[in-house]
Amino acid sequence: MEKRVVFRSAWLPYVLVAPQIAITVIFFFWPAAQAVYYSFLLQDAFGLKSQFVWFQNFVDLLRDTNYLSSFRTTAVFSFLVAASGIAISLLLATMANAVVRGALVYKTLLIWPYAVAPAIAGILWAFLFAPSIGIVTYYLKWIGLDWNWMMHSPQAMLLVVVASTWKQISYNFLFFLAGLQSIPKSLIEAAAIDGAGPFRRFWTIVFPLLSPTTFFLLVINIVYAFFDTFGVIDATTQGGPGNATEILVYKVYYDGVKAADLGGSSAQSVILMFIVISLTVVQFRFVERKVQY
Amino acid sequence: MVEHRPVRDFVAHLILIVGVIAVAFPLWVTFVASTRTFEEIVSVPMPLTVGSHLQDNYEQVLTAGSERGSKAPVGRMLVNSLIMALSIALGKIFISILSAFAIVYFRFPLRNFFFWMIFVTLMLPIEVRIIPTFKVASDLGLLDSYAGLILPAIASATATFLFRQFFLTIPDELAEAARIDGAGPMRFFFDVVLPLSKTHIAALFVILFIYGWNQYLWPLLITAQESMYTVVIGIKRMIAGGDASNEWQLIMATAMLALLPPAAVVMLMQKWFVKGLVETEK
Repeated sequence: MEKRVVFRSAWLPYVLVAPQIAITVIFFFWPAAQAVYYSFLLQDAFGLKSQFVWFQNFVDLLRDTNYLSSFRTTAVFSFLVAASGIAISLLLATMANAVVRGALVYKTLLIWPYAVAPAIAGILWAFLFAPSIGIVTYYLKWIGLDWNWMMHSPQAMLLVVVASTWKQISYNFLFFLAGLQSIPKSLIEAAAIDGAGPFRRFWTIVFPLLSPTTFFLLVINIVYAFFDTFGVIDATTQGGPGNATEILVYKVYYDGVKAADLGGSSAQSVILMFIVISLTVVQFRFVERKVQY
Repeated sequence: MVEHRPVRDFVAHLILIVGVIAVAFPLWVTFVASTRTFEEIVSVPMPLTVGSHLQDNYEQVLTAGSERGSKAPVGRMLVNSLIMALSIALGKIFISILSAFAIVYFRFPLRNFFFWMIFVTLMLPIEVRIIPTFKVASDLGLLDSYAGLILPAIASATATFLFRQFFLTIPDELAEAARIDGAGPMRFFFDVVLPLSKTHIAALFVILFIYGWNQYLWPLLITAQESMYTVVIGIKRMIAGGDASNEWQLIMATAMLALLPPAAVVMLMQKWFVKGLVETEK
């Protein structure tokens, strides 16, 4: 789409875009280019000399079992976060859409976790599940469960999944509620007259009509689990126990900042960039389709 | 709904109430812990009713920080967080509205090139380029400064897109009329475009304020001095040791202080918040 009426000036448009372009070049393109450049370098142990090694860092990464297991961890983690977040918020949104009174109150009481920083969400849940003093731990022990996420990998994974999902429910809920409210009432009524019960109506009419929203939320939740959950992990398990919760973003940070492996960390950054680019492309193709329909 | 069934209505309310309680439970426990003493919290199971040390705990963290972990006062951190969140939100809106205006209302060489440059930044979240960005910031002398906290976070493709989409819906007749009346582009911007964009600016502001307030990885890297900590970073630094040695009453008071401002913004400006969420993801 283009404007028919435009203004003319030889310099003004450049002045107007200058601030954004300057920030973009300094803080996006320059660092991204450097990440690509560093990913081809191998530094010695003291960081004094570096050598151009072509794709050696990438080859090393793909041979590194830790890196491959971090991929698996990320896949499991983002699947669990996306699936549980979508399922729970779809249930709540469907219920909120069904009740006649109080829908706005429920909405207000469900959306606030969006405002909580991931790191704070992690701390809140880590406190509830704290191995020796946590209140939830107390009840888990009472029913006979040996709960200590600092020792048991699946429990650590569960903790970061719960904290990450909790924070994301409000977002999914709002989009599902908007999606549900845009479904024409006449369709539901027609199905009801034909004798379809509430479950049948949900699965044959409501759910298919919500599929664009669901797919959109799936992509958003995966991106969220990939990147925004860094704070959750860093504030709770820090990738542990062992590497049980070390997702890709955390590994980039750990290898680059804590272990000072510039080349390896940059190569991981480059791989992550490719993942983000593919996710963004998927998202945009989807948005284009949504516009046409 | 279609048919009225009291049982089904009851089940819906029940599920929603369970949902609301499950979502609010961590917050309640956090609040309770922030009003209790250390001894009360570590006596398992911790009581779930409000204690009597609310004032003591909050006064302590606001002015003196924790005792065993970081000693930086949280009052200062809240100010830092506020400065960072406001500057990121306003900065993003400022640079985006200008560049979107230029891209929509002017034809100039490199216009498409600039547009794509901004578009591509969508694909480079800060998490994937932390180390080089840190180097750039340190080369520019931005470590431990407000500029360092703010500038790398204010380039945003989403805000530019949102304004561009909106500007494209402004009727051409308005620009035409302005031109016939002899108004220049900036006059048109301030008298027509800016007032029309008010609701979009409000919606974006809510979303960006929360985004700015909740920044974590970047402030973690760039702030070394306690005086520059934001509250989200500060609370992490209070968690020093294991489970029973952390001063949970102070950590939880800080957590409350860290989450209340953005939560209040969401609840009080709910209309703008929902609009902002839906629009920025288009």
